[in-house]
Amino acid sequence: MNKRWEVFQHSSDYRFTPYIMAGDPCEEATIELSLALEECGAHALELGVPYSDPLADGPVIQRAGMRGLAQNMNLEKTVKLVSKLRERGLKIPVIIFTYYNLLLQLGENRFLKLAENSGVDGVLVPDLPYEESGYLRKMCSEHNLALVSLVSPTTREEKLARLSREAEGFLYCISSLGVTGIRSEFRAGLDDFLKAAKRNSRVPVLVGFGLSTREQIQQFDGSSDGFIVGSAIVKKIEELESDLLTNREEAIKTFKSYIESLLPVYSR
Amino acid sequence: MTTATVPDHRGRYGVFGGKYVPETIMFALEELETAFNEAIQDQEFNELFQKELAIYSGRPTPLTKADRLSESNGGASIYLKREDLNHTGAHKINNAIGQALLAVRMGKKKIIAETGAGQHGVAAATVAAKYGLSCKVYMGKEDIRRQALNVFRMKLLGAEVIEVTSGSQTLKDATNEAIREWVAAVEDTFYLIGSAVGPYPYPKMVKQFQQVIGHETESQFKEIQQGKLPDAVVACVGGGSNAIGMFAPFIEKDVPLYGIEAAGMGVETAQHAATLSKGSNGVIHGSLTKLLQTSEGQITEPYSISAGLDYPGIGPEHAYLHETKRVTYEAVTDEEALHALKLLCENEGILCALESAHAVAYSLKLAKEMQKDQHVVVCLSGRGDKDVHTLMEFEEGGNEDE
Repeated sequence: MNKRWEVFQHSSDYRFTPYIMAGDPCEEATIELSLALEECGAHALELGVPYSDPLADGPVIQRAGMRGLAQNMNLEKTVKLVSKLRERGLKIPVIIFTYYNLLLQLGENRFLKLAENSGVDGVLVPDLPYEESGYLRKMCSEHNLALVSLVSPTTREEKLARLSREAEGFLYCISSLGVTGIRSEFRAGLDDFLKAAKRNSRVPVLVGFGLSTREQIQQFDGSSDGFIVGSAIVKKIEELESDLLTNREEAIKTFKSYIESLLPVYSR
Repeated sequence: MTTATVPDHRGRYGVFGGKYVPETIMFALEELETAFNEAIQDQEFNELFQKELAIYSGRPTPLTKADRLSESNGGASIYLKREDLNHTGAHKINNAIGQALLAVRMGKKKIIAETGAGQHGVAAATVAAKYGLSCKVYMGKEDIRRQALNVFRMKLLGAEVIEVTSGSQTLKDATNEAIREWVAAVEDTFYLIGSAVGPYPYPKMVKQFQQVIGHETESQFKEIQQGKLPDAVVACVGGGSNAIGMFAPFIEKDVPLYGIEAAGMGVETAQHAATLSKGSNGVIHGSLTKLLQTSEGQITEPYSISAGLDYPGIGPEHAYLHETKRVTYEAVTDEEALHALKLLCENEGILCALESAHAVAYSLKLAKEMQKDQHVVVCLSGRGDKDVHTLMEFEEGGNEDE
């Protein structure tokens, strides 16, 4: 476990992990949005990679991917972008969120070397379930990267226990079935699922998928160690697209005040 | 050349296959695998499936000798396995009946399906009506525009057709959207995949329900030819369900097999769907296989005049049969397919689907190089009524050029 993960794991805050898409709407905007998120208190950052066929994502992130693709963003450039983020002073762990085909084409080994040298801390592959992840898991640990696991309310009990025990970085608990996207309600029995995940996990248990308001986020404080917000933030970036390209300073200000409105009022 | 060991327990055909899907649906694939394995070992289920194929779809379909076509072409005789004579007009119904019976057996009340040209969508809507299931069909906006007739048919059959506006708005995107819906509704929904693609156990299951094509062909041919096997078997390949069903009983036997992909405007252009000729290893729709993609891994849009063949991937078992060289895969252009379609029409009075015309075109080439006493069997996967509009457009376009 590297220094950045140590800080993340030892934090006593209700951990905020935002997701943004690399290259949306342009590379420099991604850098400034990342730094803004850290300033607003993000504990880690998930950086998405544009993909033609993102079958775990809803429309908002699909559109962000199209914008990223239009900027010719790809996996290699996303990893290299993390080097730039480090040069600009970003200190929180960065997790690359990529579909498996992109990893395969770049080459798993090439990706891992590049990621290790670029200050990447973890990788999350939404279409690589535990059963198919043996090789990447082994290689990630050789390259000091956390392979972040996703678990779902439909994950069987024994598998949930095993994935929780073996989780690295953090354990990503999917709040609801379906793809990424904003939701107004969450499924019943979610607390039991989170409890079961927490029972075995050595790393923080984060809840994600569908969270878009402060009230929703606060509802999980207590049953989880942190939360992930993707689509709601990406949607805000979409709204700010033209300003992020032409009037960035102003756009970043608006973005930060939005993030502050989203975050829970910390009691601790 | 043995394939008895594939798929292995992880659903692998060599390096191909597997289950590359979100964790949320992993349990459903396990549940499906268990239910499927139990069903195919249950005599009652198998008898019911065979019975439905017979009394609902009209099986066995005939094996027709194409006398005049063979005569004018020269060389080996050509036999047509008449999947076009199935209920709903194509082999797709075999698999749809099988999976629907399995869905009913599993207690599922809702099915979802993807469709490109609409043939599988019609088959899915048909079995949903027959077995009292609700049915949602995902179809790209672009395909809905091109295939208005099939869209109307599906609606008549009581299915809900969902317009897919993501990505390039065609089959690839319709499949993504169906998978997304499955992830959301996995607890009570059965995903009825139309081709030998997708995560394990789908490729195995689709082959199981389509192998009736090959088994019937084998026994029909033996009956006509005093126990002999054909000298060559040809089928078209998009995702590859009619081909894998046709090849199934012959893979372990000494029979040359040919899978025919769509070369569109030519494999040397960017306008083709020749996945095995031009693709590389990658993951699409839950399976590691060959696919058409950029060097960075973005999946590219294929092209063929035939909507059933323009799929950027291919079933993982075909990728394996290609790699082990058990099956020879070739590509046929739009023009060659259209020419073959006309020849078949004029010489045999059979209007086949544009997909099947690719197999016919290759069998004509192949037969020419063979002896007069040899025999080529072609899988005529579907009838061509659905393509009349495309054919008319092409004819009119052709006339303008003249």
